[in-house]
Amino acid sequence: MTGATTGPLLEVDGLTTNYGSISALRDATLEVGAGEVVGLVGPNGAGKTTLVSTLAGLLTPVRGSVRFDGVEATGQSPDTLLRRGLALVPEHRRLFPDLTVEENLKIGGVTVPAKERPGLIDEMVELFPVLGIKRDVSAGYLSGGEAQQLAIARALMSRPRLLMMDEPSLGLAPVLVDVVFDLIARLREQGRTLLVVEQNATRMLSVADRAYVLRSGEVVASGTGQDLLADESLFDMFVGRHA
Amino acid sequence: MSELVQNLIDGLGQGSVYALLALGIAVIFGVMHLLNFAHGELITVGAYVTYASFTNGISWYWIAPILIVTCTVTSLLIEQVAFRWVRGASDSTLLLTSFGVHFVVEAIFLMYVSASVKTFNRPGWITKTVDIGIAKVEVFDIVVIGVTMVVLALTAALLQRTMFGIALRAAASDFDAARLMGVRSNNVIRGAFALSGALAGVAAIFWLMRAGQATPAAGSSPMLKGVLAALIGGLGSLRGAVIGGLALGVAEVVLRSQLPNAQLQGLSNGFVFVLIALLFIFRPQGIITVGHAERV
Repeated sequence: MTGATTGPLLEVDGLTTNYGSISALRDATLEVGAGEVVGLVGPNGAGKTTLVSTLAGLLTPVRGSVRFDGVEATGQSPDTLLRRGLALVPEHRRLFPDLTVEENLKIGGVTVPAKERPGLIDEMVELFPVLGIKRDVSAGYLSGGEAQQLAIARALMSRPRLLMMDEPSLGLAPVLVDVVFDLIARLREQGRTLLVVEQNATRMLSVADRAYVLRSGEVVASGTGQDLLADESLFDMFVGRHA
Repeated sequence: MSELVQNLIDGLGQGSVYALLALGIAVIFGVMHLLNFAHGELITVGAYVTYASFTNGISWYWIAPILIVTCTVTSLLIEQVAFRWVRGASDSTLLLTSFGVHFVVEAIFLMYVSASVKTFNRPGWITKTVDIGIAKVEVFDIVVIGVTMVVLALTAALLQRTMFGIALRAAASDFDAARLMGVRSNNVIRGAFALSGALAGVAAIFWLMRAGQATPAAGSSPMLKGVLAALIGGLGSLRGAVIGGLALGVAEVVLRSQLPNAQLQGLSNGFVFVLIALLFIFRPQGIITVGHAERV
């Protein structure tokens, strides 16, 4: 991939996306640097999913621009963006329930050369041992925590340079929420670049380098996780407390 | 007993052809949510290619592979000309487009080829029978069942073992999620049409060997049987399509032979539809339930 070697990995400028006549995301501007873990927090309906879906190419913006690695990426198709290194773990995981764990991983690696796939699957099994045990099980039979691990592993199979996750802890039991945040911390230690949408703002801000707060489709605040956590008024008004 | 075995084998022979047609319809429905009423046009085109080949002295041994290539290419062509433009449109738009293709192809043959029936010779061996001990069965049925089993095994291997097959199954389950993984929608959809066309090509060989004629409406009956079989099996289910095809074939043959007199036997198709209606009252989703509804 040729592109700028300096400057942020992802630059989003004035991005606006509509759902029918509703402006679900308005004039969003943000950036993610290589090796950063960036959180996107905000209440339900704030436009977080719309933002990552647009960045992944599932939705087409009406205005604004996206640059990835210094090169224009606005409105490109999901498969093109993935080939450029931008992967999304979608909301509700969206695994292929009738495919086995191994087949789900293979599909995740559809863009890498065939001879490199087995090695990548071994890497994922090392990172998520449960996937090795359940290799031949249909994904539809996995528990919530296992399914989330598979969803993340599937996305990592493409060797993304930026991994986006949409609500990775949604619907999981508290003990599994811990597993997800441990995982984010581990991926961060590996030096991976992450953009994570989370409703569980307290937890997210504590693991993120920086975060953006969205509300009603707009970016209303940004800063380091620690700064945002410390800003009581902003935090209570826009996000609400999570135990 | 011998009559029952005979009927069963005859039904499975008939049903094998339906199964191949239904499987092609199910593959396309899976990835595009399109119930393809234009599927029979592959048989129509195949019928005229067979007629043209025959008048040029080409034998069935060559016509068989020619039909598979013809149906595959025609299927890709129909996708390119008609369905590409309505990808992602509503189910009813897709349905109407497929009806449009059905009528346009029929009209093209009617206007530019001929409205009259064009006949060609059936191969001599298809009426031969063989005694298998408990029953006398047609050689044709044995060949059809045998070839269909091989084709189904190859299709299963393609879907289970190859990256294309896994991508096709993933796209049938959740098309957007497959695109997020980097699966190119174009490759999957064109691949589905090619596979569907090749399966129709094998079905066309046997259908046309029996029919021995080409007419502009030659594809209507195979289309109807294929769609019915796919519905009986549970639309979108590949296993269901095969089961539906075989069940439809056996039901037709058994009913035709078991109805007490010639008048009622003439109504055997009607009885088959009554059976199908009963099935849908008790199992509206068909024999196999398809859980996922997210498609293109």
